[in-house]
Amino acid sequence: MATDQTWPLFEVFIRSKKGLSHVHAGSLHAADAKMALENARDVYTRRGEGSSIWVVPSAEITASAPADKGELYDPADNKVYRHPTFYKVPDDVEFI
Amino acid sequence: MQSMEAGSQGDLDAFDRHVGADGKVEPQDWMPAAYAKTLVRQISQHAHSEIIGMQPEGNWISRAPSLRRKVILMAKVQDEAGHGLYLYSAAETLGVSRDELEQQLLDGTAKYSSIFNYPTLTWADVGAIGWLVDGAAIVNQIPICRCSYGPYARAMVRICKEESFHQRQGFELMMALSKGTDAQKRMAQDALNRWWWPSVMMFGPPDGESVHSMQNMAWRIKLFSNDELRQKFIDMTVKQAEALGLTIPDPDLRFDEASGHWQVGEIDWDEFWSVVKGHGPCNRQRLAHRRDAHEAGAWVREAAVAFAAKERARSARKAA
Amino acid sequence: MAAAAEQARSKADDADLFEVALRLGDSALILGQQLSGWTSHGPTVELDIALQNHALDLIGQARLFLDYAGRLEGKGRDEDKLAYFRQAGEFRNCLLAEQPNGDFAQTMLRQLFYATYARALYAGMEAEGEGELAEIAAKAEREMAYHVRHAGEWVVRLGDGTKESHKRCQTGLAALWPYVHELFMADEIDQRLIAAGILPAFEDVKVEWMTSVSSVLERATLAIPEDDWMPSGGRQGQHTERLSYILGEMQSIARSDPEAKW
Repeated sequence: MATDQTWPLFEVFIRSKKGLSHVHAGSLHAADAKMALENARDVYTRRGEGSSIWVVPSAEITASAPADKGELYDPADNKVYRHPTFYKVPDDVEFI
Repeated sequence: MQSMEAGSQGDLDAFDRHVGADGKVEPQDWMPAAYAKTLVRQISQHAHSEIIGMQPEGNWISRAPSLRRKVILMAKVQDEAGHGLYLYSAAETLGVSRDELEQQLLDGTAKYSSIFNYPTLTWADVGAIGWLVDGAAIVNQIPICRCSYGPYARAMVRICKEESFHQRQGFELMMALSKGTDAQKRMAQDALNRWWWPSVMMFGPPDGESVHSMQNMAWRIKLFSNDELRQKFIDMTVKQAEALGLTIPDPDLRFDEASGHWQVGEIDWDEFWSVVKGHGPCNRQRLAHRRDAHEAGAWVREAAVAFAAKERARSARKAA
Repeated sequence: MAAAAEQARSKADDADLFEVALRLGDSALILGQQLSGWTSHGPTVELDIALQNHALDLIGQARLFLDYAGRLEGKGRDEDKLAYFRQAGEFRNCLLAEQPNGDFAQTMLRQLFYATYARALYAGMEAEGEGELAEIAAKAEREMAYHVRHAGEWVVRLGDGTKESHKRCQTGLAALWPYVHELFMADEIDQRLIAAGILPAFEDVKVEWMTSVSSVLERATLAIPEDDWMPSGGRQGQHTERLSYILGEMQSIARSDPEAKW
């Protein structure tokens, strides 16, 4: 029931401090991106949680479908050689 | 959102097993339609409660008796608006729009917590709400941080983190009054008298009469029963009232040695149902206030949409 | 720093500093008090939160200025004694701050006008002054810069939005424009503090204000009203009828028992 008063939905990502990634915080409504950024600042960083904000129109996000979970992620499960624990080294060898 | 596709019995069983083993559900996962529907109802009721809940306390912002109290109260009411938004945002992941949810609140088809249909008659009510109502809300909300639906659980984590100051500021305000002049003490006691029973009723009807309880517990949308949570609140609050030197308005209140719990006298469920059905002191006032704000803001929302469209057209012309 | 602050202080009379701290503190207080009236009445919940943030900034600034004023005066009046136990005639806020919220357009215009003024003034105080007043100004300046941005964007949206929003902006503009002139009228106290380097020259503040505000109004497709009526006197204690109502409400509980602690 979008009306002429409906503001689109934006997803909000916040970097809590330099050195960390932006993390999804939630969503909000805004008429434009500038407003979304300001709303995000007021809604999601009232306690100094943010040092950088991204806002993305929710409609612009392409997400993987849960039904594809098997073909997308399972193949990675049987490639144990990608993990360091797969390899045996003698106990007395250091820094490896 | 794919949740509304009908699933097979196998899907249902797998879902129940997953959730029963404390597994989480995310927006795009398949879920039973009834699970999604229950969540939308519960999350939006919760969101509406936060939004309507701004009114009784907001009522005293302009008159807060010190600048320190004024900024505390403003920040608290502002948090409530924020919590309403976190929750609307969680509900929207289930494919329902904020407009629809707001419309349900405005036309009276959605419910919100009955506690906010009681009036705030003196400054002490601000303290009583923080102490009792937020105290009860926290008891209710902490378990939901672990509920099965990811976006709801995450919103609750954020809310609980922020709300810890709400209860403390209320208790501190009551403490200042109960240590103050005789008139202030009377004001604090009067507020406790009026807010005690509505707070006890905030946990909903007794377990036997609670309609959705069993299924919601199986789905891990609800983790403890109404009566369990209520008992927890009562045990916790009796001691706090003692520390304040205030008397809980219940002549039958007694400590039960056998169970180790405080037992309250009979709860007036007729009053509870009457307020739920719309006959509380402030039901009409709260909804009228919300509708007025919504209608008075229509031209602002329209203008912002119109301006955004003009800007898009202008940048498209520039690009062409 | 301490020596420099002492020097700046010695150039200005404490009574003058007290007066300017009251003027800035009272303006922030009355404006914040009024802005907080939007709580639960905003056009969207998101905006409700934004307006409350701005009201919190303003009341926070008021507390710093009034606390400083009280200590400077040395008669035991703290922020609350000053906020709650003075009569309207003892308030030193600018008349703009006591203008009603009106509709959302009028509120946004009022906030834009005040914040643009305060930002320029505080920036000047921060650059030229020393000591506590300059420190408060530095903190407040950052907050005001954000208010200018937020209110400015809204004025542009509403001015260039729909026919109705444009008309409402133009009406709000006509109602508020007379009250902006007072902001740039320096009385003797201001003159002495400008000379002492505590306050920046008001002509400079005015130039910056006009440049910034007219650029916003132009983007908002709004026409600047004629300068005709220029009421003033708020900063000297002559207010509109409205202030006593604002105070009557704000001070009611505190005055019910002046001895009580809340």
